[in-house]
Amino acid sequence: MIVREHFDRDLRHLQDEILRMGSEVEENLVTAVDALRARDLKRSQRVIEADHWINQRQLTLNMEALTLIATQQPTAKDLRLIAAVMNIANELERIHDYAKGIGRISLMMNSDPIPAELMAEFPEMAAKTGSMLHRALDAFINRDEALVRAIPAEDDIVDELFNKALKKMTEAFMHNLTSYEDINRLGWANHNLERSADRVGNICEWVGYMITGKFEEYV
Amino acid sequence: MTNTVHSNGHIAIQANNMHVYYGNFRAVKDITLQFPSHQISALIGPSGCGKSTVLRSFNRMNDLVATARVEGEVLYHNHNIYDAGVDPVEVRRHIGMVFQKPNPFPKSIYENVAWGARVNGFKGNMDDLVESALRQAALWDEVKDKLDQSGYSLSGGQQQRLCIARTIAVKPEIILMDEPTSALDPVATLKIEELIQELKKSYTIIIVTHNMQQAARASDYTAFFNMDEDRAGYLEEYNETNELFTNPKNELTEQYITGRFG
Repeated sequence: MIVREHFDRDLRHLQDEILRMGSEVEENLVTAVDALRARDLKRSQRVIEADHWINQRQLTLNMEALTLIATQQPTAKDLRLIAAVMNIANELERIHDYAKGIGRISLMMNSDPIPAELMAEFPEMAAKTGSMLHRALDAFINRDEALVRAIPAEDDIVDELFNKALKKMTEAFMHNLTSYEDINRLGWANHNLERSADRVGNICEWVGYMITGKFEEYV
Repeated sequence: MTNTVHSNGHIAIQANNMHVYYGNFRAVKDITLQFPSHQISALIGPSGCGKSTVLRSFNRMNDLVATARVEGEVLYHNHNIYDAGVDPVEVRRHIGMVFQKPNPFPKSIYENVAWGARVNGFKGNMDDLVESALRQAALWDEVKDKLDQSGYSLSGGQQQRLCIARTIAVKPEIILMDEPTSALDPVATLKIEELIQELKKSYTIIIVTHNMQQAARASDYTAFFNMDEDRAGYLEEYNETNELFTNPKNELTEQYITGRFG
């Protein structure tokens, strides 16, 4: 007989759900930027609507994790896995809020063409953050401490892109190249992308805790 | 292997390379372990791992088993309690024990508590001593109006607290508890656990429990014992309870406390 077969199955289920939630968040972050740049309001709307599902997943995962704590008395690796799942679910929910925010911004932008130059960095920021998230969750599944330690440093690349975009927006504002409202909104989209990468860093820290038993701040 | 702890306070008792034999059978091998004063230390491990044997070695309770033999030393105030000339009765006055099943004497509640002090020639105010011991054991309010009734008239949980009162009435320094709640229901169990938290202000407590959650809830330090291929118990890991239950160092400890042992 395998000891604690049901408990092990429940723990696997939590991890599967994190992967499902993570891939949805990764995809929607990229989609939100694509739709903003393409002025594809239908796709922007779909990202906004997906947020409801993500919120439900976060809540359900937390409740399932709490139920396991209450009923299974998890310790050691099991307990750390559950702690990581709860915190990763919360970080994913926040990243998706940022994606939803970009969707909202897309709907609020004036219909005038937006200077593409101001959003030139966004796709790379979204792709980089998505890739960091993808690998962080690979490290979560494979208990890969080296990988999870390496990822947060890549946030510097996103920060650089953020500063580059910010500089362009400041210049556009000073030279009155586009409306203040639009620049302000794009500034928020820029901020959302930058913060998303930071939150992937938080996920890495929880995965590191799960693996090693010590919580360290990586950046 | 971790067998010392980083405690700012004093060490109440320690075993150095202790082996315990029952006849030719080595029940426990090479235990080196320190117990900090005014802390609760729990001994856990699978059945037969020798945790009760280790506990009983700390107040020479194994002397009562004809074939038992202890090698190595158990230091209490820098004296080996197994040295020739040490009186085991005197040892047990300083290092008391509470057993798995409540075992009150067939006497009144009052006499149960007063008994040990009487045997030791206590000359002070016995009423005060009995009240103080019963208060410390969190039993006073429940029994103060029926001190002359039999100890057997109490519930299981009350009987166990009576036995704790009887133990502390002789003013020991260390209290050994051998699965003190295994015969009690969950509410009575939690009461004893609360009581132990209070008692550690005045005593050092070492508790054997087969209930891992109890060790996690109620102790400051946990020692995990296991059995080798010759069925001799040994210390696998010893650490602060919080650390042992969230981040054990050894794989066997991990397997045991996560319920995936064997």
